[in-house]
Amino acid sequence: MAYAKNLEEIRKLIASHKRWDLFFACIGVVALMIGVLTFVALFADMAIKGVPRLEWDFFTSFPSRRAGQAGILSAWVGSTLVMLTTAFFAVPLGVAAGLYLEEYAPKNWVTDIIEINITNLAGVPSIVYGLLALGLFVYQFGFGQSILSAGLTLALLILPVVIVATREAIRSIPQGIREGAYALGATQWQVCKDHIVPYSSAGILTGVIIGMARAIGETAPIITIGALTFIAFLPPSPIKAEPPFVSFEWLTSPFTVMPIQMFNWTSRPEAAFLVNAAAAGFVLVLMTLAMNGLAIYIRYRLRKRIKW
Amino acid sequence: MSAVPGLASSPMPSVDAGARLKQRRSRVLRERGIESVLFLAALVSVFTTVGIVYVLVKESVVFFTHVPLWDFLTDTQWTPLFDDAHFGIMVLLSGTLTSSLVALAIAIPLGTIIAIYLSEFAPFSVREIAKPFLELLGGVPTIVYGYFALLFVTPILQWFYPELPGFNILSAGIVMGIMIIPYVSSISEDAMRAVPMSLREGSYAMGATRYQTATRVVVPAAFSGIASAYILGISRAVGETMILAVAAGMQPNLTFNPLEPAATITAYIVQVALGDLPHGSIGYQTIFAAGLTLMVMTLFFNIAGHVLRKRYREAY
Repeated sequence: MAYAKNLEEIRKLIASHKRWDLFFACIGVVALMIGVLTFVALFADMAIKGVPRLEWDFFTSFPSRRAGQAGILSAWVGSTLVMLTTAFFAVPLGVAAGLYLEEYAPKNWVTDIIEINITNLAGVPSIVYGLLALGLFVYQFGFGQSILSAGLTLALLILPVVIVATREAIRSIPQGIREGAYALGATQWQVCKDHIVPYSSAGILTGVIIGMARAIGETAPIITIGALTFIAFLPPSPIKAEPPFVSFEWLTSPFTVMPIQMFNWTSRPEAAFLVNAAAAGFVLVLMTLAMNGLAIYIRYRLRKRIKW
Repeated sequence: MSAVPGLASSPMPSVDAGARLKQRRSRVLRERGIESVLFLAALVSVFTTVGIVYVLVKESVVFFTHVPLWDFLTDTQWTPLFDDAHFGIMVLLSGTLTSSLVALAIAIPLGTIIAIYLSEFAPFSVREIAKPFLELLGGVPTIVYGYFALLFVTPILQWFYPELPGFNILSAGIVMGIMIIPYVSSISEDAMRAVPMSLREGSYAMGATRYQTATRVVVPAAFSGIASAYILGISRAVGETMILAVAAGMQPNLTFNPLEPAATITAYIVQVALGDLPHGSIGYQTIFAAGLTLMVMTLFFNIAGHVLRKRYREAY
C-alpha cells in the first residue's frame, strides 16, 4: 500500500516536472517571438512610412531644404565610394593577417600579443575608432574629412571580422592537403596561394560580406571624423575623358553616407523629413539584409557542399 | 618549415650546381619576403591598438592639464561648452550606466532563454530558421534602431505612461537591449552546444527532465562561455552610440531615472563632432577624455570577462 501511494507521488512529481519542461519551452518561443516581432515591426514601420517616398527622384536628387524634393544621391554615392575604399584596405590586410596567423606564425609571445589584440579590438566601441581616425587620419596625417579617412576607419573597424573569418575558413582545411602539396615540392607560399586561399575563399567571402554589411550601417565613427550632413554635390568622377582616364581625386573629397543622411533627417522636427528618414532607413535595411542574407546563403551552401 | 626541396633527383641530367643553388637562394629570399609582408599585415591590429591609446592619451593629457582629474571624477555638472565650464564625467556616466542597465535587463534574460531554448529544446528546423533570423536582427544598422526607438517605441510607451518625455533613456534602452539579444544568445548557444553530449545523457539517464538538464548540467558546464557572452553584451551596451544619440536626447543630466532624457558618453562625442569645434580647443579635447573613459570601461569589462572565463573554464 505504501508503495502504491509512493508511486502516485512519483507520478505527480514527474508530471509536474514535465509541466515545467513545457512551460519553459513556451517561454523560449515567446522570447524568440519578441525578437522576431520587433524585427517585423521595425521593417513594417519603415516600409509603410517610407515606401511611398521611394521614387526614382529620391535616388537622383541631392538633399534639400524642402523635404519633398530631397533625395539620397550624394548619400548613396558616398556610401559606395567609402565601401570601395574600405574593401580595398580591409580585404587584403585581413586575409594576409589571417593567413599569417594560421599558416606562418610561430608560437611565441609576439603571436600571442597579436591574437590578444585582435580579440580586444573586436570589443572596442565603434566610436573609439572614430576618435582614432579624428586624431590620426584627419589631423596627424592630414587626410582631412575625406572619403579616404572614412574608408580607412571602417577598414580598421571590420578588420577583426575579416581576420576571424579567414582564420576559421583556413582552419577547416584538412592538413592532408598541405602535406600533399609539400610532398610535391611546393613552397609554403605556393601552398598558400594555390591551395589554402582558394579553398577558403568562400568562407573569407562570407566574413567580408558580413563586415561590409556592418560598415555600411556604421554612423558614429563617420560622424566623429566630421563628415558633413548636408552635401549637395558629388565627389569628382573616378573616370576621366582624357588620359590617364582614372583619377583618385574623389578620395580627398568631402562626402556624406546613407546613415548620416538618415540621422540628419531623423533629427529634424518636421514630419516630412521623418518620411524621408523612413525611406532612407528602408533602403539601408534592405541593403544590409541583402548582404547578410547573401553571407548566410553562402555559408549554408558551403556547409552542404564541402566534404573533405 | 623549410619546404624547399633541394634534392637532386638522380635520373635528371645534372644541371649546373651553381645555377640551381642560385635559384634556390632566390626562392628562399622570396619566401622570407612574403612572410614578412604577411607579418606586417598581422601587425596592423597591434598598430591600431597603439594608435587608439596614443591618440586618446595624447589629447587627454592636454585636457587634464586644464581640468584636474579630481574635478573630472567628482563634479556633478557637465557644461564644457559654456562660459562657466564644468567637466563632471559622472553626469555622462550616469546616462551610460542607466541606459546600459535597461538594455541588459532586457538582453541578458531574453538572450539566455533564447540560447537555452535553441540549444536544448528547439527542434532542428526551428533552430535552422531562428539562428539566421537572429543574425539579421544583429545586422540592422544602429541608426535604424534609433529611428525605431524614437518614432515607434516611444509613442507606444507614451500611450501607457503619458508623462514620458519624447526623448528618454527607457525606449532607447529597450531597443538597445533587443539589438544586443543576438550577441548574447548566439555566443551562449555556441557555448552550450559545446558541452559534450555524454553529460546530457548522464543527466537524462538519472531521470532528469530537459529543463533540469538544461539549468543544472548544461548551463553550469557552459558558464564560462555564457559569461563572455554577457561581457560582450555589456561592452556593446556601453559603447552603443546612435540609438542613444537619436532617442535619448543629448542634454547632460545626472540621473538614474530611465524615464528622463540624458546624454551618454557616446552621445556627447557625437554631439560635439556634429558641431564644428576648432581643432585643439578644450571642447575638442573633452571628447578624447570622454573616449578614454569609455575605453577604460570596456577594457575593465574585457579583463573581468577574461578572469571569469579562466575561473569557470571547464575542460572536457
